[in-house]
Amino acid sequence: MSRRLFPPCRFACLAAALLLLSGAAASAAEGMPQLNFANPLTLAQIVWGAIIFAVLYVIFARSSLPQVAEVLANRETRITGDLEAARDAKAAADTAVAEVNAATARARSEAQASINAAVEQAKKEAADRARVLNERLEQQLQTSEGQIAAARNSALGAIREVATDTARVMVSRLTGRTPDRQAIDDAVGQALAARGQA
Amino acid sequence: MEPAEPTIDALGQFRLFPSLGMLGRSVNFTQANTFMVIGGLLTMALLYYGMRPRAIVPGRLQSAAELAYNFIYDMCVSQVGEEGKRFFPFVFTLFFFVLMGNLLGLLPYAFTYTSHIAITGALALMVIVVVTIVAIRENGTHFFTEYFFPAGTPKALAPLIIPIEVISYLSRPVSLSIRLFANMVAGHVMFEVFATFTVMLAGLGLFGPLIAVGPVVINVALVGFELLVACLQAYVFAILTCIYLHDAVHLH
Repeated sequence: MSRRLFPPCRFACLAAALLLLSGAAASAAEGMPQLNFANPLTLAQIVWGAIIFAVLYVIFARSSLPQVAEVLANRETRITGDLEAARDAKAAADTAVAEVNAATARARSEAQASINAAVEQAKKEAADRARVLNERLEQQLQTSEGQIAAARNSALGAIREVATDTARVMVSRLTGRTPDRQAIDDAVGQALAARGQA
Repeated sequence: MEPAEPTIDALGQFRLFPSLGMLGRSVNFTQANTFMVIGGLLTMALLYYGMRPRAIVPGRLQSAAELAYNFIYDMCVSQVGEEGKRFFPFVFTLFFFVLMGNLLGLLPYAFTYTSHIAITGALALMVIVVVTIVAIRENGTHFFTEYFFPAGTPKALAPLIIPIEVISYLSRPVSLSIRLFANMVAGHVMFEVFATFTVMLAGLGLFGPLIAVGPVVINVALVGFELLVACLQAYVFAILTCIYLHDAVHLH
C-alpha cells in the first residue's frame, strides 16, 4: 500500500534536497557543516555511530526484545489457559444442569407412578368393600324375604281356620243348628280361592 | 562573534564539536554520538524500566513499551511476511535510532544527528547492504537474474529493463538518506530562521516587539509539525526498509 504512496513524496524530497544542496554548495565552502568533509569529525561520527548502532542492536536483539516477547507470551498462555479453564467450568456446569434435569424428570415420573398405584389400590379396595357390602345386603334381603314369606304363609293358614270358625259360629247363631263341618270348609276354601288367597 | 548585528546563521546549529571533554576530543567522539547514546539509553529505559512490572494487565509505561514492540513487530510481519520476524530486531533498532535522533533534536540545545547526510547516508547504505546480503542468502545468484530481469519479460527489452532496474535499485539508498536528511535540515533551518526573525524584529523600534510575536507563533506551530515529521520520517525509514527486505526475500 505504502509503495504507491511514496514515489511522489520521494521526488519532492529529492528535489528539495538537491535545491538545498546546490544552494549550500554555491553559498560558501563553510556553508553546510554536513558537507564539510575536511572536518575529521564528520566521518568520525559515522564510525562511533556504527559502533553505537551495533551495540544497541546486540542489546535489543539479545536482551531487551526477548524480555518483552516473554511477557507477551506469558500473557498469551495465561489468557488461553484461563479461556480453557472457563470452557471446562462451563462444560461441568452444563453436565450438572443436565443431571439435575434428568433427576427431576425421573423423580416426577416415579411420583406419578406411585400416585397412580395408590389411586388404583384405593379404587380396588373400595370396589371390594362395596361388593362385600352388597353381598351382605343381598343375604339379609333374602333372609328377610324368607321370613316375610313364612310369616305371611302362617298368617294365611290362620285366616282359613279363623274364617271357618267364624263361619260356623255365625251359621249356628243364625240358624241355630250346627252346620256340616265339611260344607263350611269347602265354602271357605272356595271364597279364599275366589279372592286369590288359597 | 559579532553580537552587534544579528544575522541569520541557520546552519551553525549543524556544526560538529568534540564531546565528553578531553577523552572525547582524543577519539573524535562528537556531540552527535553523545545524542545517539542518550537516544539508545532512553529506548533501553523504556524497554527495561517499562517492562519491569511484567504485569499481565500492563500499566501505562508497560503499555507504551509493548506498543513500541508490537508496532514494529506487526510492521515486519505485515510487510515482509513470516520471514520478517528474523529482521525484527534490526528494524526495531533502526526505527528507534532514527526516531530518537529526530525527537531529541527538537529539544532546545539538543543536536539532531539525523540532520547529517553522513549519518543518514551510512544508515541507508547499511540498509541496502543488509538487504542485498539477505537477498543473496535467500535466493543465491538467482537473485540477480530474477530481480533485475524478471521472468516473462521479452528478451528484446533486456537492454532497457536491466539498466532501469539497476538504477532504481541503486537509487534506493540515495532517496532513503536524502529524504530523512532533507526533512530534518529543512525543519531546523526554519526554526532558526524564524527565531532569528523574532530577535531582529524585537530590536526594531517601537512596534518591533509587537510584530516579533508573529514568528514566535509560527515557531510554536512548527514544533507541532516537526513532531509529526520526526515520527513520520522514522516510520518511513523503517517501513521502506521492510519493503526492501520483502523484495529481497520474495523477489518483487
